[in-house]
Amino acid sequence: MNLTLKIWRQKDSNAKGQMVDYKVNDISEHMSFLEMMDVLNEQLVNSGEEPVAFDHDCREGICGMCSLYINGEAHGPDRGITTCQLHMRMFNDGDTITIEPWRASPFPVIKDLIVDRMAFERIQQAGGYISVNTSGNTQDANSLPISKHAADEAMDAAACIGCGACVASCKNSSAMLFVGAKVSQYALLPQGQVEAADRVKNMVAQMDLEGFGNCTNTGACEVECPKGITLESIARMNREFVKANVKG
Amino acid sequence: MSGFLKSSIGRKIAMALSAFFLMFFLIIHLAVNITSIFSPDLFNELSHFMGTNPLVQFALQPVLVFGVVFHFVMGFVLELKNRKATIVKYVQDNGAANSTWMSRNMIYSGIAILAFIVLHFIDFWIPELNHKYIVGMPEDPTRYFGELQHKFVPVWRVIAYVVAFIFLGLHLAHGFTSAFQSMGSTAGRKKTLQQIGKAYSVIIPLGFIIVAVFHFLNH
Ligand code: HEM
Ligand code: SF4
Ligand code: FES
Repeated sequence: MNLTLKIWRQKDSNAKGQMVDYKVNDISEHMSFLEMMDVLNEQLVNSGEEPVAFDHDCREGICGMCSLYINGEAHGPDRGITTCQLHMRMFNDGDTITIEPWRASPFPVIKDLIVDRMAFERIQQAGGYISVNTSGNTQDANSLPISKHAADEAMDAAACIGCGACVASCKNSSAMLFVGAKVSQYALLPQGQVEAADRVKNMVAQMDLEGFGNCTNTGACEVECPKGITLESIARMNREFVKANVKG
Repeated sequence: MSGFLKSSIGRKIAMALSAFFLMFFLIIHLAVNITSIFSPDLFNELSHFMGTNPLVQFALQPVLVFGVVFHFVMGFVLELKNRKATIVKYVQDNGAANSTWMSRNMIYSGIAILAFIVLHFIDFWIPELNHKYIVGMPEDPTRYFGELQHKFVPVWRVIAYVVAFIFLGLHLAHGFTSAFQSMGSTAGRKKTLQQIGKAYSVIIPLGFIIVAVFHFLNH
């Protein structure tokens, strides 16, 4: 298929960017979206132009590096997938495809389609961990009984790959789905209880400090999340937050 | 506690609490208004009670005023922070793909309601305060029905009522279940509450509209 691409080009974080039109021809419907981008970049390199910078790593839907706001949606029009798993069969010959970086004040553009997602790292560092001694005397995890239900829910929350699609899709650029998932994965397990109050308070404080917006419960995040994290994570975080504040 | 209200989650919970109070208040308000359709006497009696009972006047009313003011001030505070978080907009943004129009426009439906509240204040509250405290007229327990009827004579006011209550319906169509989610409850995601929410967001505004239109046609 032959496509017209409208892509955000921005030289560096200080430059003023703009949308630029490109044409790509003979794209196979079996290609992934990123492979289509590779074809474009090869074309650009061959004609001596600067290739389009975009994030990617595993190309298997597990690392969370790929991003892209495609035709007005995070990770494009398909559901439950990252951009590297988006296939060109979702598009038609002759289509015009708009490709933009994640837009959120706490995710500044570094170059073209790449944004700085270090804000997520800093939120994680504020409390997204448990303190266990791993210096040679690690306990067997099975010595702590955990209900199947809690283990399953914790695993579901832990599926979050930190891609930032939730923030990108949110009209408020709220990071609550991400933080909710990270809080939930520990809140559901006994290992997470010791630091539970500090964790939620510190992570929420860091989230606010980074300048993410508030949650209006539009639910856009859970629709666009490639890993099926739901608003129940946010509700759990809200409960954890109240609990932590009541305890003082 | 002030730290709690500075955090995004604390504010959200306070927003939901004030909203719950407002939703409760609307039920009472509508119940009183509806009586004006079939019994002017009952309406007068209830209005007289609401207007003179010390518990209503000095406990519930201040809470209500605080609740309304808190709700819309916090609504603006949240909106401001959200705007700061989203300074650069997408060239193409397909919001309808993943969320409802109501959920994305709470601030606009809210502003429409606020405009109505201002009108309502000028229409009923200021004359009421004037009557009671400034002019200091003796209380006439039968005056309310006539005052109400009188208000719905001009057609512009009836239209303003209808439009405002449509916006209230849109506000509540998202707000009702959203408030549960904000409180950390997942009940709003279940079918039962979603249906109650839908019913509430239609019945309450429709009730107020019916009262206004009824008196417009029957004065
Ligand atoms: C009687 C009138 C009103 C009722 C019953 C009402 C009800 C609600 C409810 C139930 C919510 C959802 C709360 C939540 O998700 O936690 C809400 C949210 C909201 N309301 Fe109202 N509201 C009223 C008036 C207003 C007014 C006058 C404004 C003025 C701006 C306003 C602005 C907002 C905003 C901006 C939100 C969304 C906040 C957010 O989640 O980001 N509301 N309202
Ligand atoms: S919650 Fe979903 S959308 Fe948000 S960062 Fe995690 S995986 Fe990505
Ligand atoms: S490149 Fe790793 S998830 Fe897409």
